[in-house]
Amino acid sequence: MSDVTGPAPVSALNGAVFDGYVRIAEAPMRGMITLRGDLSSSMMRNGATKVTGCDMPGQRQISLGEDRVIAWMSPDELLVGMPLSETAEALETLAGTFTDPAFSAVDVTHARAAFTLTGEDALVREVLAKLAPVDMSPEAFPEGSFRRTRLAQVPAAFWMPEPGRAELVCFRSVAGYVFSILSDAAREDGIVGLYA
Amino acid sequence: MSSRLAGSGRRIDRSKKIEFSFNGRRMSGFEGDTLASALLANDQMLMGRSFKYHRPRGVVASGAEEPNALMGLGKDARFEPNQRATTQELFDGLEAESQNHWPSLEFDVGAINNSLSRFLPAGFYYKTFMGPRAFWKHVYEPIIRRSAGLGKAPKDRDADPYEHLYAHADLLVVGGGLAGLTAALEAGRLGVQVLLLEQGALWGGRAPVDGGEVAGQPVAAHIADLVAELEGLSNVTMRLRCMGAGVYDHGYVLGYERLTDHLSEKTGPRHRLWRIRARQVLVATGAIERPISFAGNDIPGVMLAGAMRDYLSDYGVSVGDRIVVVTNNDDAYRTAIAQKEAGLSVAAVIDARLAGGGALAQLAREAGIRVETGRAIAHVNGKKRVTGVAICSQAGSGAVLEEIACDAVAMSGGWSPAVHLWSHCGGKLSWDSERAMFRPDPDRAPTGADGLPFVATAGSASGALSLSEVLKDGRYAARTVVDRLGLSMPEATAPEVWEVEEIPMAPIWTMPEGATYKLRSKSWLDFQNDVKVSDVQLAAAEGFESVEHAKRYTTLGMATDQGKLSNINGLAVLSQELNVTIPEVGTTTFRPPYTPISMGSIAGEARDEGFQPLRKTPMYDWHEANGAFFEPVGHWRRPYCYPKAGESHADAVLREITAVRERVGLLDASTLGKLIVRGPDAGKFLDLIYTNMMSTLKPGRCRYGLVCDENGFLMDDGVVARLDEHSFLVHTTTGGAEHVHAHMEEWLQTEWWDLKVHVVNVTEQYAQIAVVGPQARQLLEVLGTPGISAEELPFMAWADRLVGGIPCRIYRISFSGELSYELSVPAGQGLALWTELMAAGHGFDAVPYGTEALHVLRAEKGFIMIGDETDGTIIPQDLGLNWAISKKKEDFIGKRGQMRSHFQDPDRWKLVGLETVDGSVIEDGAYILDDGQNDKGQRNMQGRITSTYYSPTLKRGIAMALLKKGPERMDEVVQVTKLAGGSVSAKVVDPVFYDKAGEKQNV
Repeated sequence: MSDVTGPAPVSALNGAVFDGYVRIAEAPMRGMITLRGDLSSSMMRNGATKVTGCDMPGQRQISLGEDRVIAWMSPDELLVGMPLSETAEALETLAGTFTDPAFSAVDVTHARAAFTLTGEDALVREVLAKLAPVDMSPEAFPEGSFRRTRLAQVPAAFWMPEPGRAELVCFRSVAGYVFSILSDAAREDGIVGLYA
Repeated sequence: MSSRLAGSGRRIDRSKKIEFSFNGRRMSGFEGDTLASALLANDQMLMGRSFKYHRPRGVVASGAEEPNALMGLGKDARFEPNQRATTQELFDGLEAESQNHWPSLEFDVGAINNSLSRFLPAGFYYKTFMGPRAFWKHVYEPIIRRSAGLGKAPKDRDADPYEHLYAHADLLVVGGGLAGLTAALEAGRLGVQVLLLEQGALWGGRAPVDGGEVAGQPVAAHIADLVAELEGLSNVTMRLRCMGAGVYDHGYVLGYERLTDHLSEKTGPRHRLWRIRARQVLVATGAIERPISFAGNDIPGVMLAGAMRDYLSDYGVSVGDRIVVVTNNDDAYRTAIAQKEAGLSVAAVIDARLAGGGALAQLAREAGIRVETGRAIAHVNGKKRVTGVAICSQAGSGAVLEEIACDAVAMSGGWSPAVHLWSHCGGKLSWDSERAMFRPDPDRAPTGADGLPFVATAGSASGALSLSEVLKDGRYAARTVVDRLGLSMPEATAPEVWEVEEIPMAPIWTMPEGATYKLRSKSWLDFQNDVKVSDVQLAAAEGFESVEHAKRYTTLGMATDQGKLSNINGLAVLSQELNVTIPEVGTTTFRPPYTPISMGSIAGEARDEGFQPLRKTPMYDWHEANGAFFEPVGHWRRPYCYPKAGESHADAVLREITAVRERVGLLDASTLGKLIVRGPDAGKFLDLIYTNMMSTLKPGRCRYGLVCDENGFLMDDGVVARLDEHSFLVHTTTGGAEHVHAHMEEWLQTEWWDLKVHVVNVTEQYAQIAVVGPQARQLLEVLGTPGISAEELPFMAWADRLVGGIPCRIYRISFSGELSYELSVPAGQGLALWTELMAAGHGFDAVPYGTEALHVLRAEKGFIMIGDETDGTIIPQDLGLNWAISKKKEDFIGKRGQMRSHFQDPDRWKLVGLETVDGSVIEDGAYILDDGQNDKGQRNMQGRITSTYYSPTLKRGIAMALLKKGPERMDEVVQVTKLAGGSVSAKVVDPVFYDKAGEKQNV
């Protein structure tokens, strides 16, 4: 295959934005790679940390770097994230690291849509609590928490990199649905005050 | 008459007048009123007609237990039937209408049923409308439904949004009365995360109405202190107008918050369904007063004593100028005293207890109230309003001693703890014979996954009735749940309480004790479903001894109030009739929700765009902009066809098929499932998953395969591409992606956990475009695609190529029988590739084609479609796919299943093609007739149609069918059913109608 990369990829919703009591915005595309294998092995650790510079996360945790992450997805799966432009390089690095075929690195960048929720911390948490069966209180879901869960009727995963901001990923095909239900949950007249 | 008094009313704000309408009549009330209190203030005692007999009915309670005052509220898109006037807060512009009457509330033709009530006892409908059988559905039921029933169903789409909210708490307290507040505060002070829900608009429940003092101040002031302190605790969340609706396993509780029902300006969610996970649940839901069963106890003006006191104290509303109180306990004396203190008249207190009451009775006497003991109400006088009562001895059969004129009757048969939420998840009850009540048995609490209790009760819900008991129990309950949470509550002295002592009540289940049939048949148990004492007695006499059977036979407790007033009285009557104790009869089952909740709240965000997720491919917007007509495929929306202006869908499909056969077409195939199967054991694993051999596939090549379940039934099919030594890309059907993925994961996780294989679902990572038709190669060459000749990229191979400057993976696979390239690119570049291909296709007159053309193309070629030729009962051998079943492999999923004798039956229906003799198109789902009839007198069948289309290529109808011994019957003519009757002749042929040698796809 040549080095040609083709046209700049477009995200599912062209950066759609909704301003409610929390701002819902489709995030620009980011590189995402699924890693499968024994999480306790040095091969997995080397692969994941090499391409992100982050530490290995604990169960239901995400480790956050400046523009890279490692998220714990399941007992044998991690998700690593990086700037879109560095995905190919990361895949190459991983291919070099994962010499044992019992380890896999699969590009899922385009399989996902991503959203950023910003606003008052308590309200950002509350909007997610309307759709996901997760205890979003600051005590139960501190920075570094990561949940792979359900958003109404579809799978989703999210984390809060800092107070007042949540990052969410879902499958690309349901981006419109997810944007719609997040916007609905964040409508101005729907404030609960659950974490006030 | 009922009226508003000057001065009192702790819940209302007399400076804020509110206008509303009832049955089109304008009325006014005050802020803080309920619809019921405001109607009473306007002397509107008559609020509805009963369900079966259309008897005039007035409000009987002041809270959620109300059976009678059900209204249709709002109009058009905000109309809702069967709403309790007692829990509906008044707002400016509220529109209410009474129900179940024609032509009007005052004059109702249906009231004829009342005169016929003698002929309409329990079980009447079951006994009378027995036959003929078909009459029930078409004649009896429609007529009965019209004459019975309550509110009208709304006709318009609901104008309001609703939402869910997931909340978590260490301790959930349901009920913000004195006990709930006390317990919440005790736990809150220890830092426990508390969620406190109260269904009403005010904290404190009924305690302020009943009076007394706590720590030297009136109970209302004490409540204000509790609330203030709770509000200051950051670990306590408090919600008013939020009802605990149901308690479920694992500490799951539903809360039903009504956000805009009390507002004129309705914006935002109307209801919010709280989906709560609580480590401990404290049920502090109070108690419900019981009516007494005497003749005419349903006549408007007869009301629960506590409710009458509530209207007086909370809303400054007098229910009657001159009342009679009838009771079996001390508490009802409070109503007489309150009435007297309000400057109104009390004709008498009729105390059924021979020895009469305690200190409260003494206070009543001192206030100059006439008190009669050992007496009962024989019957109530009046039709649409109480005019008086006839008094008799409780001990007798109802001989009238005296008639007393009055315009309202306050009754109290004692109190029942509201144990519903305790019981929902298995909490057991024990019978307290002294108080004549079922109360929660703390030793038999609902238990969680750890086998330990997770629900407790506090206050009146526990059976505590007096102020001091309630406070004590609130603290005790707090200690119980805090202890279960692993904390400990410090010892503290309880606040000092001043209250009037009460003496025990006496259970009175029928009044008078030996009431005649005539009296019993006018003594209501269930007001909403019109069940009387005589009905329950009849049920018992007819052998419905189980309380659950008696309930269903009489419909006792089956109305929208779920028997909140009638259950205990009803089962007490049943126990007397069966001559067993009340605990032996037991209660019926308490099921959620506590009171009805709206359908909207259950749906939550699942409406409009959120109703169901729609999956869209990266090219969806292009399809939409280019006039695609979509069809649902799973949750996907796929173009069915692309009709041009004025073109029918059928014509568009024919045009698309012809273009593919003659030139070139483009199909958005992105929805196909794509699974990466990778690992040292990937080949071995796929050999087990597929019926044919996959491990021998060479990298760069593709192979069609079948996936069966362990019974041998065909589950899914698709093309597998080998990417490298350790990796395969598995294509599944559109609808099968998640299912096949789950199937693989299940086997890997539960059976073959020793295999080193990973499955990663990359369905959405790639957009996939099929370029199909004799000119497909030329089209790609126009875009400068190198190395796609038959030699460089042969049929059933794949390669990475640049197409128009976009890196693609090209699979040379075909589902149409034509030369075909399936181009796969990252989803974010899918639209760019599609657009380039469409532009380049211009010179070829290329068309985009949809799923229907796809289906016809594959049917012409005799390719099976999962879901058409298969239905979960078909094995590959039925479809002539024996060639795809390995005989060399030791095992694969389905191998043993397919060996079962029934699958070897030579009579199995097997796949053939059918061509109608006249060229017409066979109907979808048609059957192939056989001779004779079966034992049910139905025509025998020997096969069925699985796919049928008009083939523009062959210019005739073609079909695929499963036919008994089909492949052995080539050229035979069979008869195929037609919906309109008769049959059509069709010739059995090979299912491959087009290019049997497969030359066109392999060029």
